[in-house]
This record gives sequence, structure tokens and C-alpha cells, in this order.
Amino acid sequence: MSLAAALFFAATVTPLEDPALEARAQDIEREIRCVVCENEPISQSTADIATDMRQRVRDRIAAGDSNAEVRAYFRERYGAFVLLRPDISPMTWALWAAPFAFLLGGAAAVVSLRRGRPAEPYEPEEGER
Amino acid sequence: MIGEAGAFLSILALVLVAAQGVLGLLGHARPGLAAAAAACAQAALACLALAFAALVSLFLSSDFSFAVVANNSHTAKPLIYKFAGTWGNHEGSMLLWCLVSALFGALLTWFRGGLSHGLWSRAVGVQGLVTLGALVYTLALSSPFARLDPVPYQGGDLNPLLQDPALALHPPLLYLGYVGLSAPFSLALAALMEGETNTAWAKALRPWTLVAWSSLTGGIALGSYWAYYELGWGGWWFWDPVENASFMPWLAACALLHSTIVTERRGSLASWTILLAIIGFALALLGTFLVRSGALTSVHAFAVDPARGTAVLVLFSLAVGIGLTLFAWRAPTLMRPAGFAAVSRESFLVLNNLGLAIAAGTVLIGTLYPLLIEAVTGELISVGPPFFDISFSPLMAALLLAMPIAPLMAWRKGALSAALRWTWPAGLAAGAAVGLGLFAVGGGFWVGLGLGVGVWCLLGALAYVWKRWGQGGPRTFARFLALPLAVWAMTAAHAGVGVFTLGAVIDTAFKLERAERLHPGDSIDFAGRSVRLVEVVEAEGPNYIATRARLEVSYQGTTALAAPERRFYPGANQPTTEVAILPTLTSDFYIALGEAAQTPRGTAFTIRFYRHPFVRLIFWGAALMALGGALAIVALALRRRREAMGAGFFAAPAPAAAPAE
Repeated sequence: MSLAAALFFAATVTPLEDPALEARAQDIEREIRCVVCENEPISQSTADIATDMRQRVRDRIAAGDSNAEVRAYFRERYGAFVLLRPDISPMTWALWAAPFAFLLGGAAAVVSLRRGRPAEPYEPEEGER
Repeated sequence: MIGEAGAFLSILALVLVAAQGVLGLLGHARPGLAAAAAACAQAALACLALAFAALVSLFLSSDFSFAVVANNSHTAKPLIYKFAGTWGNHEGSMLLWCLVSALFGALLTWFRGGLSHGLWSRAVGVQGLVTLGALVYTLALSSPFARLDPVPYQGGDLNPLLQDPALALHPPLLYLGYVGLSAPFSLALAALMEGETNTAWAKALRPWTLVAWSSLTGGIALGSYWAYYELGWGGWWFWDPVENASFMPWLAACALLHSTIVTERRGSLASWTILLAIIGFALALLGTFLVRSGALTSVHAFAVDPARGTAVLVLFSLAVGIGLTLFAWRAPTLMRPAGFAAVSRESFLVLNNLGLAIAAGTVLIGTLYPLLIEAVTGELISVGPPFFDISFSPLMAALLLAMPIAPLMAWRKGALSAALRWTWPAGLAAGAAVGLGLFAVGGGFWVGLGLGVGVWCLLGALAYVWKRWGQGGPRTFARFLALPLAVWAMTAAHAGVGVFTLGAVIDTAFKLERAERLHPGDSIDFAGRSVRLVEVVEAEGPNYIATRARLEVSYQGTTALAAPERRFYPGANQPTTEVAILPTLTSDFYIALGEAAQTPRGTAFTIRFYRHPFVRLIFWGAALMALGGALAIVALALRRRREAMGAGFFAAPAPAAAPAE
């Protein structure tokens, strides 16, 4: 095998034979960030390292890793930066709680503003905007 | 000479907008001062327009004795990109920012509407100070008229990714949107200073908000379309921080658009409308900060310069600090009891505002969180598309369920049953779409829900037209034509949301992709097509060299040629991809040429093939939304002219109207 042939094989990803496992691999690679691109998951990047990382996702799954274990594998090697969906940890509690906090806060504001107002008999009013 | 004239004119504009600010703020009780402020605003616009024209001419003549031209242009660049290159860089785009701000200052003086003198004068004043801040920043820290010595023989060229027709238009539209939000901001601050909000004020707010929102919609859509065909794999939204920076003001403008409707018609929600106007402009400034400071690295961050970032942050803090302080101080005096039942047009518009505000907050925290974590702990984390898919999308889906119902509600007190009377066909169709998504095409829960929401929004929007058509008479063709423009404006925008949703859901769920190494002569079968790589040739463009593949794509008995390229721009020392797209009625067949590699059989090329089903609906939907906004502006203008005619042809603007309730 020449060097050219080695390059040829390095630049493509061999899909897993089991469609269920391949689907898992594709789910995971959408959530792993390419480490040399601007802001792309490895599933979309054409960079060599992204291709390599996609192959490693498949290698880990073939070796029997769970999704969480594959993610942990990449976090150990590249840091939390590589996870596009940040893990739930003390550092990201505020992030994950924020949408719910906004929702509750907004609902509470509306309820408190409407409470204590006398119930008026409103009449419907038709018309243009 | 031209450059020095430009620099002089922008300094003159600086003095004029400072005068506009001071005179406008002092002129609320003295009409003479206010008239002087208006004259300053118009003169400042003229000066900045000429200064910008001077900069354009420097780019057109490739005058490399100016740093900004030398760093961002090239003699071999096509003329259109020399022109568009004027704003394809930090300094030029900041001058454009100032120009647009001055434009809104002058427009405020020309289109006064029924605004009371005090509100009008103060709004002109605040707008002058906004322009002043931007102009001080531009001239002090990023002057486009700085000279170079020695003069280079050739320029560094514009980032080739930006040498594209859609991207030539994208920045001016976005700036019209960003800076357009400064007009509602000025009006909001004027209302706080005057301690007065009335129907005329709310009416005055709407056109500016519509201009800003429509331009943002168009600008974001163009950027998205550009990403689709330029970045090489057909993605159209990435939840990239820079995209979020433009999306947050869009969400705020969208909320503001709807809250001003309530304030104009019912007088309620006035203080919330003011707060939204402040927040909307704050988010626009934050967007400018994020993009310009280099806090984010992307194609948009032209210059990484901490001093500039700090300065924008100072301007941001000034505007927001003053705005919110005034709000906290004066808003309680503006409170008026909002009289409406729990189910009414008003309550649905409140729901809209609540949802959009929460959505904007979610995007904001997702965008800033990595920066905060890095500043506090030094650790790098990413908040990417999966976060927004989980948090933003379900919220939006829930909000869109309410969208078709809201316009069918009566003001003050509505009934769901009455709304259902018009929307049940849309509901049935949406249910069918859910079933289709779940069972027929096997897309799963979210795909089913997404398709249902899309159909519901699209048909629900049409249900409103059906109702209005039948109001007060039979549905004749003449009465159809006589429907008010405002009805079509809202219908177009709401239907556009439905069309967009359908495109987004279908493309995300059902796109196909395949990457292959092909030698010339090789064929593959993909997505019902037979594709053969005929040859790969070298070609030369005006300022680039291209590797061009020629492929034959056979589909349903016809053969089409596709020619995707990889280009290299020696001036900027940067490669780009030019994809080939073969559209059919239902999908785009998308081909991107990748790297060459030597194999035992010779030179092979990685070619990526995609089928993007119904992807055009995304852009058509966005275009419909922007069209809706534009129609609404025309409808407002027509209505105002009618009102003015009703009051007598040469009548003065209506006197400050009484509070609405």
C-alpha cells in the first residue's frame, strides 16, 4: 500500500453495519464540535481531523460504548469545549435552568399583574387592527 | 483629496449631530430650538451621505493610500464588489452605521405624524445623541479615512467569502434593521422624559419598528441563503453567536411590533412597549459589540481589537443605563390600567410578547454563557445547536400554536369557540399533517409536530382572510379585492412563518447526503439520480483561480450539467467553495467539490452530494414575512394619508391626541 492509498482510506468514514448503531453514531457526531473549524459539528465538517473524529465515534460505538461514554471519551481528550450540547454540571446549571426560570418568571409576572384587579364586565369589541 | 473631504464632512456631521442632540432636548419647550435641531439633523444626513460617497469613490478607484481600501480591496476585484467592499470591513461598516442613524434622525424630522411638539423634539434630540456616540467611536477608533505611508502597490483583497451578491446586500439591510431600532428607542426615551404616551406616540412608533423588523428579516434571510449555497454543505442556520446577535434584536422587534398594536389601539401596555423599545435597541448594540469586538471569532469579526470592544461596550452601557434608569424613574407615572379579559386579542398579544421575550432571553443566555464561563473560570465550553433545539424550538412551537387564533379574537373580550369556528379546517389539516409525519413518512414525534405547526400557521393565516372576506356581506370577488392592505400584510407575515416552518422541518428531517471519492469517468446513483463525473478542469476568474468539476446528472430521463468549483483567491490567500445546485419543484440537488487526492488510479476528488427537500420554502417563508412587513408600512402610510385628507388636504398634523381610553 502506498502513502496515497493510506490517505485515501483516512479521508473516508466506514459506516457501521448495524443501522441502529450507525444512527446512534450520526446522532452523536452532530453534537461533537470540530476542533479546527469555526463553529461546525464534525458531522458537517470536511476537515481531516473531523473525518478522523467521526471514525473514532464509530470505533467507540463498535467497541460497545454508550452514547454518554463516547461523549466522555471526547471530553477527556479535547475538553468540555468539544461538546456542543454542554453537560449538565454545576457549571451549566444556570444555563439549563434559565429558560424555565424565564418561563416561570413571565407567568408569575402576568398572574400578579392580573390579580387584585376588579373583575370588570368586558364587552367584546370588533374592528380592524 | 476626496478622502480628506470625507473626513472633514464626517467631523462636520459630528458637530451637527451634537447640536441636534442638545437643541432637540432643550427644544421641547422652545419651538425655535427644535426647528434648529431638525435642520441640524438634515444637514448631518447630507454630510454623512457625502462622506460615505467619498469612501465609496475611494474603493471604486482602488486608492490604496487609504488603509481601509488597501486592506480590503484589490484592483482585479469585480466592480460590484469594490462597491460592496465599502461596507465589507470594520471602518466602512461603522460609517454606514452612522449614516443610517443620521438617516433615521432626518426621517424623524420629516415624518412627524401626530406627535406632540415635546415628544417630537426630544426624540430628534435622543436620535442625535445616538448618532453622536456612533460617530465619536467611528472617528476616534476606526476612522475609514486614515492614510497609509508608504502606499502599497496592491491591496489585500476583500474576504472572498464576502464577494457574493447576497452578501453585498446583507450588511446594509441588517444595519437598516439594527439602527432602525434606534428610532423606537429615541421615541421611548422621549416619552419617558415627557412623561407622556398617547395614541399618536404609539402610532409614530409603528412605522419605525416595521422598517427595522422587515429589514432585519430580509437581512437575516439573505445571510441564511448565502450560508446555504456558499458554505458548501447546505446548512442555513447554525446558532452561531453572530447569527444570534442579529436574531435577538429580531425577536425583540417582533415583540415590539405586536405590543405597539395594543398600545396604539387600547392605550395599555405602554410601559412594556417602552421597555421593549429600549431592550430592542440594547440588543442591537449588543449585536454590534459581539460582532465588532472580536469577542467572537467568525467571518464577521473584521478586526480583533480590545480597545474597540471596550468602546462599544461603553456606548452600550451608556445607552442601556440611561434608558433603563429613565424607565425605572418615569415608567410608574405612565401606568394605566389595562382593561381586558383573560381571553381577548390583548391577552393573546401579551402571550406573543411573553413568548418572544423568553425566546430572546434564552438565545441571549445561550450566546453569552460560554463568554461568562470563560471570564469567570477560564474554562472553555460550547453552547451549540443542540441547546437551542431543546430550549428554543419547543417554546416557539407552543407560541406558533396561538398565532392563527390571535387575530380572530375580539378586543377586550374574546371567545375561543368563535376563533375555532374559523380555524377548525386548519386544525383538521394540521392533525392530518401530524399523522402524515408520524406514520406515513416515519419522521417521529418532533417531525410530526413540526409539520402540524407549519400547516396550522399557514392555513390559520388564510382563515383570517376568509373571515374578513365574509364580514358584512357575501364573498364576492369585488369584496375580495377590497380587503384592506393591512389584512394582507398580516396574512403574508403569518403565512410566511408557516411556510418557513414547513421548509425548516422537512429539510432538517429528510435531507440526504453522501460523500464519494470519484475519478473522472466514475458514476454513482444517489437520490434517484445517476451522476457521472465527466472531467475536472482548471479555470481562471478575474481575481481567482478555480478547479471546476463537470458532472452529468440524469434524472427522470433528462440530463443536466453541473459545475461545482473550488476557488482560490491569491489576493486574500483564501479558498472558497462554489456549489452547483440543480433545483426541481420539490428539492434542491446540491453538489460540492472537495479536496483532490492521489490514488493508485490517478487523481480523485471528494464530491459531496445532498438532496435538500423543500429547502426553498425556508427562504420563501422569510421573504413572505419581510413582504408582510413592507406591506404593513404601505398600509400605514395609506391610512395616514386618508386620515390627513379627511382632516382637510393641507391640514396641520392632528393635534396631540387624547389618551386612548
